[in-house]
Amino acid sequence: MTALDGLPPEGHSLYGPLADPAHDAGWVQDPQPRKGFFTDTSVCIGCKACEVACKEWNAVPDDGMNFLGSSYDNSGALGASTWRHVKFIEQPKSLGRQDAGMAGTPAGPAASDVLNRTSESALLGDLTTLGTTNEVALAPPVDLGMPSTVLPGQQDGAQRTDFRWLMESDVCKHCTHAACLDVCPTGALFRTEFGTVVVQDDVCNGCGYCVPACPFGVIDRRIGEKGVTKNEGVAQKCTLCYDRIGDGLEPACAKACPTKSIQYGDVDELRERAQKRVDALHASGVHDARLYGENMHDGVGGLGAFFLLLDEPEVYGLPPDPVVTTKDLPAMWKRAGLAAVGMLAGAVVVFASGSRG
Amino acid sequence: MTAEPNAVTREGQPEHRPGEQALTGQPPAAQAGRAGGRRKGGRKGGRRDEHVMVPDATFTSYYGRPILKASPWEKDIPAYLFMGGLAAGSSLLAAGGDLTGRPALRRTGRLGAITGLSLSMVALVHDLGRPARFINMLRVAKPTSPMSVGTWILTAYGPFAGLAAASELRGLLPRALRCGLPGALLQLAGRPAGIVAAGIAPAVAGYTAVLLSDTATPTWHDAHGHLPFVFVGSASAAAGGLAMLAAPVAQTGPARRLALGGAVLELVVERQMERAMGITAEPLHQGTAGRLMRASKLLTAAGAAGTALLAGRSRPGAALAGAALLLGSVCTRFGVFEAGQASAKDPRYVVVPQRERLAARAAAGS
Repeated sequence: MTALDGLPPEGHSLYGPLADPAHDAGWVQDPQPRKGFFTDTSVCIGCKACEVACKEWNAVPDDGMNFLGSSYDNSGALGASTWRHVKFIEQPKSLGRQDAGMAGTPAGPAASDVLNRTSESALLGDLTTLGTTNEVALAPPVDLGMPSTVLPGQQDGAQRTDFRWLMESDVCKHCTHAACLDVCPTGALFRTEFGTVVVQDDVCNGCGYCVPACPFGVIDRRIGEKGVTKNEGVAQKCTLCYDRIGDGLEPACAKACPTKSIQYGDVDELRERAQKRVDALHASGVHDARLYGENMHDGVGGLGAFFLLLDEPEVYGLPPDPVVTTKDLPAMWKRAGLAAVGMLAGAVVVFASGSRG
Repeated sequence: MTAEPNAVTREGQPEHRPGEQALTGQPPAAQAGRAGGRRKGGRKGGRRDEHVMVPDATFTSYYGRPILKASPWEKDIPAYLFMGGLAAGSSLLAAGGDLTGRPALRRTGRLGAITGLSLSMVALVHDLGRPARFINMLRVAKPTSPMSVGTWILTAYGPFAGLAAASELRGLLPRALRCGLPGALLQLAGRPAGIVAAGIAPAVAGYTAVLLSDTATPTWHDAHGHLPFVFVGSASAAAGGLAMLAAPVAQTGPARRLALGGAVLELVVERQMERAMGITAEPLHQGTAGRLMRASKLLTAAGAAGTALLAGRSRPGAALAGAALLLGSVCTRFGVFEAGQASAKDPRYVVVPQRERLAARAAAGS
């Protein structure tokens, strides 16, 4: 608890820094250190071993064989059947002092433009279940043009831009103040002794409230065939491999990561490690490097699974300033109470006032 | 740590890097679509919308994909919001009608309440991913979960609303029961049950606003200060409307006043709400949600005018005004619901307000 020593032991249950979310949730005996992930995107190579290992260990069903045309990202988004999601961002800028080795090669429009437009129509429809259905396959076919013998862009003689490829393995953030857990009406979502957030799939009745509550769009209700697909209709997300970490193993994704982009451990220790890493990157000229979610004074009280990013969070599809919705809940209840009292008073007035009739 | 501005504007990239838009930000199709929608909104003018004055914001996204998940809820939920509100307002009118000697108002109210409640419950259970596990709602009581609170409010409200309705319907019992103890008990229980139901009813109408607002869905969350008032107004208008539709003019004076008050409250607070929200009010004006909200305002205003001018004199006038108010309430609930769904699907409503918040905080130097 080094970084949190100055805090009042209990903190506030709805927002702000919290010394120990597990303790706040009632785990007072036999305290365990808070566990989490530090995902260092600067060393991610986009191999997707984490996606595969997660599926294998947790027996997460198929999330569709889709071609999304967004670089190498074909799993689309985190969801009920995608608990690790590797994002790929192609940018015309350099990564630190690295040379992309592209100088002198032909320049021109990216061949993937047309594919991006196709995936766009598939992705911005009513598909909130991205990656859990095959509907993407229903997008209309698009003309890719006649094959030609000329290299793309060779004719216009333009200069090559710089190029860098950002990759990020996204995951449930295991927030200090988790809105999904707060709003769950059955208690299916709970805080574990390790400070993580887990769904009890045999309790969840699929009300879906956690889905819009999550400020990161992580959790979703699993779509599938009734009685066939495991946990169909039930909210699902990363458990930080609750069944592994209880036995002293590291989560499947971290175990499988070949570059240690995904690091598992005690959150306090990971925060220190992350700070050292970001300092080292700055020193070596990667000034874009910044930590995301490590600050316990942010709107969700800090993340149990936080990141080192090389660009603004929204470039990676992450909210720049997430706030747990239940922070405003006391104010909401007050307003609703006022409105309800007003309605009752109004009803009394309409009967008391006026003549008969 | 200055990031290079590789953001993509709504108007598209001023520079000629054809690849960039699709690669790092908002894909071209989405930009064009949205900018077009904006111009259309402006042209449809005459209506001077303050939102048109909001400067176009620059933002970046990951392939234009949503950051948030829209709720998986379907039409059941807005239908439930309407039915619950209708039931709540009806219980209030029923109890008032009972206590002030207006039997037709009492009857309409009690039957309206039980119908609304029953349909709500069907909608709520139907919307679950695992309907058979509905009962799991009752294993905890969590003040941080508006759905849990709502479940307990309905659990408290339901039996009393049911008892009041049963008392109203005791005439349908077989003669032996009607004249025996059950009939007598039902008659006796009707009034107290109705009063208890009326006491809980405003909570039924009000909590549904918190249900929507306690999410990360931008339009719902940002409406949290005003939405409860919009919803109780809408509920009052709907219940008053139903009474005007179903009960004789001589007995619906209070229903007309409740409907009028509710309609005015809804219209006024809804307008304040949109002004207070900023950019996240946009979805209330666009697409399906925009059409529903316009219909809602039109129907509610027409219903209110009809209530004030016609409904006291003519039964058809009252019925017409009542129907307009009911429909207006339906449109409000579906409109607010759809606007929220749309706001969750567009990363703009996440990134732009959060960036503004960060900029304001930076400017304040904290």
